[in-house]
Amino acid sequence: MNVILKIAKTHLLSKPKQTLVAMLGVTFGIGMFIMMISLMTGLNNFTEDLTKIASADIRIYKDVTEPRATLLDRIRPESLNWVHHVKPKNESDKIRNARQIADLLRQDPEVIGVAPRLTSQVFYNFGPVKLNGSVAGVDILEEDKLFDLHSKIKAGSLAALKTTSNGLIIGSGLAKKLSAQVGDLLMVTTPQGVIYTMKVVGIFQLGLGEIDNVRSYANLSTVQKLLGKDASYITDLNLKITNYREAKAKAQTIQAAYGNKAEDWETANATLLAGAIIRDIMTYSVSITLLIVAGFGIYNILNMTIYSKMKDIAILKATGFAAKDVTGIFLTQSLIIGLIGSLMGLVVGFVFSLLLAQVPFDGGELLSLDSLPISFDTKYYIIGIVFGVLTTALAGWMPSRKAGKIDPIEIIRGI
Amino acid sequence: MSTSNILLKTQGIIKYFHDPETFQVLKGIDIEVHKGEFLSLIGKSGSGKSTLLYLLSTMDMDFEGKLVINGEELTGKSPDYLARFRSEHIGFVFQFHFLLPEFTALENVMIPALKLGKYSEEVIRQKAMEKLDLLGIADQAKKASSRLSGGQQQRVAIARALINDPLLIMGDEPTGNLDSVNSKIVFDTFRKLTRDLGQTIITVTHDDDFAAKTDRIIEMKDGKIIS
Repeated sequence: MNVILKIAKTHLLSKPKQTLVAMLGVTFGIGMFIMMISLMTGLNNFTEDLTKIASADIRIYKDVTEPRATLLDRIRPESLNWVHHVKPKNESDKIRNARQIADLLRQDPEVIGVAPRLTSQVFYNFGPVKLNGSVAGVDILEEDKLFDLHSKIKAGSLAALKTTSNGLIIGSGLAKKLSAQVGDLLMVTTPQGVIYTMKVVGIFQLGLGEIDNVRSYANLSTVQKLLGKDASYITDLNLKITNYREAKAKAQTIQAAYGNKAEDWETANATLLAGAIIRDIMTYSVSITLLIVAGFGIYNILNMTIYSKMKDIAILKATGFAAKDVTGIFLTQSLIIGLIGSLMGLVVGFVFSLLLAQVPFDGGELLSLDSLPISFDTKYYIIGIVFGVLTTALAGWMPSRKAGKIDPIEIIRGI
Repeated sequence: MSTSNILLKTQGIIKYFHDPETFQVLKGIDIEVHKGEFLSLIGKSGSGKSTLLYLLSTMDMDFEGKLVINGEELTGKSPDYLARFRSEHIGFVFQFHFLLPEFTALENVMIPALKLGKYSEEVIRQKAMEKLDLLGIADQAKKASSRLSGGQQQRVAIARALINDPLLIMGDEPTGNLDSVNSKIVFDTFRKLTRDLGQTIITVTHDDDFAAKTDRIIEMKDGKIIS
């Protein structure tokens, strides 16, 4: 065995209690880091999944409230105009040439799917009671590609909607309120006062109360008929792209290319996702604090060890150990402490994460969640061990260097 | 004696201490040490004898003048090179044994050789046992060094100094902390090493009886050699 490693090992083993305490400092830091990051990442992933249920990667629509140039500006562009309280024009929120845009977008290799949608506010008639809600007119197969709807179907089927022109797939919450089952007929009233009879062909559950309680899916043509519009009347185009992390940039290029408003999922859910950043900041700051404390522990213990080993260091240097060898002996010790401590920390963190994943957590009506969401991403375990070893290396570096610089003559003659 | 037999040579070594105030410790030292010589450096406290010894041992290279060991000029060499040089060619025996307390006697003897890495661990173990045997403490090899008696510890320290077959052994009052029985053992060991094995030894000592029995005495006073 390498003599430096051998001496380092002997030093560690000759004071097992002190070594263990130093290791436990690192273990605690890394364990807490793993536990916190697992929980926080689990929560973040969960909120992200929720937003992904509710919104597509990119949604294209016509923003009729967009500020527009006034007539005065157009006629006299050179002068300083002031028009007070500009109101939007009375224009349709239909996307012009929506089908052509959809076809063009489908040719883009970064776009996986494009689903047209037309949403209408409706009342669901339940005896004398009218329940407020909405009907989304969709091409159900395209919609399935984007939102993975077939896995969310609790009763009935997606395909049945294709074959039933007045078919309706309703949210589970809505079905419960209406006590509706597959095969039932349902009266729907549009804001224009048109009453339409629909047939329930399926029930879905996205796990998000605000959607399950109000939304239903119908064929696009049916909703166009409900609203009395032509077959080209489409208000939304939902897009799924290959890398949803790059949705923001992609949305901007689409908006520039087609002139309609393109909104990415992150912008649409900014309030929900703001929590994720704060959680990340918290996790890292707490973990770094713990590791710094552990680092100081190692720094102290190494300093003490080196102080008590002055004579040994002097004789090692006298018998031919160079400064870097002596530094190596003590740095090796701190790295061993760091490595074993971090590995134990990973195990502790993993066990606690497993326990946390068992903790029951009631998401209530809003979320379908029965225990805390925990992430077991290996990435964080790698970060943990790199973190732990780096901290200990840093904490060990200064005392070890000092040990290497000790002048043996001073020690030998100073006795 | 011919010059080819000269193992160590200094020319005009001058050394200052700067702390707490500048003070000249060595004022032009010229010495020659021959192979197989048992030499003792004596002088009062503050005469500079220990300082000279540490210069000769290459541990302190902050001086003016020239130091040549085994025909190699060592002034101006890097600390790492000198560490390697010490490891290969110089063995140390101090007033205190300076054994590593966590290791056994045998391991203490082996460590400098393991560091030098010239031989395999097995060969080194064998050599270390031979050295311990030479000093009559082979039976203590497996004991933790902290559990040996003072005399035994000093002998382990001598075995450690011998492990790399050095050109030169430096002793800084090697008997200063021993009773007369153990002092005699250490002296006899040194005597045997020089006479039978041609080992060169330079020791600093306060003990006039010890010095009187060595081959040559160099007496120092106020940073100069007086005899």
